[in-house]
Amino acid sequence: MTVQELPGAGASHRSTPPPAWRPRTDAAPLLPDPEPYRVLGTPAADRLDPELMRRCYAELVRGRRYNAQATALTRQGRLAVYPSTVGQEACEIAAALVLEEQDWLFPSYRDTLAAVARGLDPVQALTLLRGDWHTGYDPREHRIAPLSTPLATQLPHAVGLAHAARLRGDDVVALAMVGDGGTSEGDFHEAMNFAAVWQAPVVFLVQNNGFAISVPLAKQTAAPTLAHKAVGYGMPGRLVDGNDIAAMHEVLSEAVRRARSGGGPTMIEAVTYRIEAHTNADDATRYRGDAEVAAWKAHDPVDLLERELTARGLLDEAGIQAAKDAAETMAAALRDGMNAEPVLDPMDLFGHVYAEQTGRLREQAAMLRAELDAAEQDAAEQEEEDPS
Amino acid sequence: MTTVAAKPATMAQALGRAMRDAMAEDPSVHVMGEDVGTLGGVFRITDGLAKEFGEDRCTDTPLAEAGILGAAVGMAMYGLRPVVEMQFDAFAYPAFEQLISHVAKMRNRTRGAMPLPITIRVPYGGGIGGVEHHSDSSEAYYVATPGLTVVTPATVEDAYGLLRASIASDDPVVFLEPKRLYWSKADWSPEAPAAVPGIGKALVRRSGTSATLITYGPSLPVCMEAAEAAREEGWDLEVVDLRSLVPFDEETVVASVRRTGRAVVVHESGGFGGPGAEIAARVTERCFHHLEAPVLRVTGFDIPYPPPMLEKHHLPGVDRILDTVARLQWEN
Ligand SMILES: Cc1ncc(C[n+]2csc(CCOP(=O)(O)OP(=O)(O)O)c2C)c(N)n1
Repeated sequence: MTVQELPGAGASHRSTPPPAWRPRTDAAPLLPDPEPYRVLGTPAADRLDPELMRRCYAELVRGRRYNAQATALTRQGRLAVYPSTVGQEACEIAAALVLEEQDWLFPSYRDTLAAVARGLDPVQALTLLRGDWHTGYDPREHRIAPLSTPLATQLPHAVGLAHAARLRGDDVVALAMVGDGGTSEGDFHEAMNFAAVWQAPVVFLVQNNGFAISVPLAKQTAAPTLAHKAVGYGMPGRLVDGNDIAAMHEVLSEAVRRARSGGGPTMIEAVTYRIEAHTNADDATRYRGDAEVAAWKAHDPVDLLERELTARGLLDEAGIQAAKDAAETMAAALRDGMNAEPVLDPMDLFGHVYAEQTGRLREQAAMLRAELDAAEQDAAEQEEEDPS
Repeated sequence: MTTVAAKPATMAQALGRAMRDAMAEDPSVHVMGEDVGTLGGVFRITDGLAKEFGEDRCTDTPLAEAGILGAAVGMAMYGLRPVVEMQFDAFAYPAFEQLISHVAKMRNRTRGAMPLPITIRVPYGGGIGGVEHHSDSSEAYYVATPGLTVVTPATVEDAYGLLRASIASDDPVVFLEPKRLYWSKADWSPEAPAAVPGIGKALVRRSGTSATLITYGPSLPVCMEAAEAAREEGWDLEVVDLRSLVPFDEETVVASVRRTGRAVVVHESGGFGGPGAEIAARVTERCFHHLEAPVLRVTGFDIPYPPPMLEKHHLPGVDRILDTVARLQWEN
């Protein structure tokens, strides 16, 4: 008996054909390329769109500056923690740039930069890491789901949202981001499977930056590449150089196009590297050597594009300076915003638990109100006694 | 035998030492979880174990909590004693299916034929300025699950003693580590650790006559401080450290409350359906005629754990405990 003849194997066990809204139109090859796809520094770079690439360049420079500023803010104690994306800016920026306005981004906790590149206010994007509120922003405003701290849990949401949009007849694609470590979680598997079975308009972007905190990819998976995982679910898997923004943009755009046209989900593994430690609380010297970091620094996403564009005469000193200036303006605004003392109302703790306050929460809120009033009165009396 | 002088040690060190000693004594003890090997865990609790015992005994697993705990079930079925680390309280949730449907029930499902000696270490609680999902107090979920033993140390000695007892237990133990006490210190000798009462025994940490504070884990130091402060107001408070939520040492608690006639339960997790609700009910049942006032509770609010800048308003602190103690002067 061949595999096809086994009960339940193949397509013959379907009792009904798939409904018309989920045709499998795309004949994209399922197996990923053996080597990460590259554009910069290859003949394929001849077809670069100069306008788009200059925009990518400006965004990359801004993204690099954003990372530097946020890291500086952790050193000053303004931010509790910041998971840096230095070295991964091309993935973050490309993810934001390939989406249309109506599309949705589902970022993981590291992807602040993608959210900012999509339009989230840089200060607002960081208040959650400063500790004012958890995520706080309205996801509908920019169609950015809350940054997800539990790993991979946002992936099924992306599938559900994309599926719902499709059911409603809306032209919406969801792009969901996850790290290499996150691909080990059960939620990753379930999301991939749902997406493929439903042919949902979803793109999964896996940023393989080498480590999940301290654990290297080899201890995370025995698969030849993470992109291979797509095959088992029945969707194409693409392997791409995550530091090559031209390649990232092309592969992501193609996946978004496929999703939009009813071709179903794609999984993309972007091979990149986390240049800085996991967060400022991590000591990366415990699990990796300087030589490895240096090798990746020589393959820097900003330099790669800058070199290509200047060599082709598509970018000059003035262009580079203009990008730097714009990045400085952003950084200054970010600094100002983050240095302003956040205005917090402790009573907000009770404001957003239920649509209608429960009696118990009303009681607890009254208790806190009384405590705060008493503290205020104490402070006032103190002031009167000792007005210095 | 040479005795080693007690030196200041942290709770984190005592926990690490407990695993080290258990592994040295019993080759079936295996430690596993995310980042527990090379890095020694994000809190460095397992530091040095992979080096000393090899990666097969202290294993960096893939990032998958259901997988970690599910695999531990199989390992325990085959005679090993897995000690698993859940990196943070809220990241244990993906493993709940394994925990509740299998870990807690294996003994029962097999009519006692297959006990599961698994220790599940969960750093829990707030007060460290952690971002979202890094400060949950999840003990209510665990204590509501029959079949699980639930333990939480509040001192350096207990961190060592209770973890050794948990690893030695033939039943699954959820070992809740109050992460804001990781760096608390005490004079403690790793070579000759003082014996501590095992699982299921509460301790009177401070004796007093006017009322009993019943607490555990991260709230113990807060209660001790409150008891000191209460002296100024004329209250002589007794403080009971539960140490183990399941089993619950009713006898020690009841004896204390019968002596003092008044009780306040203090914990960080939300009040509604929290462990304090059960404790207050038990105390009321057993001490009704001894009570001078209703059993009161000081707990976290019934809200999702707040962002770091607001957590101080949520956590039960000395003032809130004192305000509640004042309400025990119950006249009706
Ligand atoms: C369910 C869950 N388990 C554990 C963690 C703790 N944790 C935070 S980040 C991280 C590593 C993530 O690695 P990866 O998915 O590769 O993403 P990267 O940090 O490299 O972007 C871990 C284990 C978590 N956030 N969620």
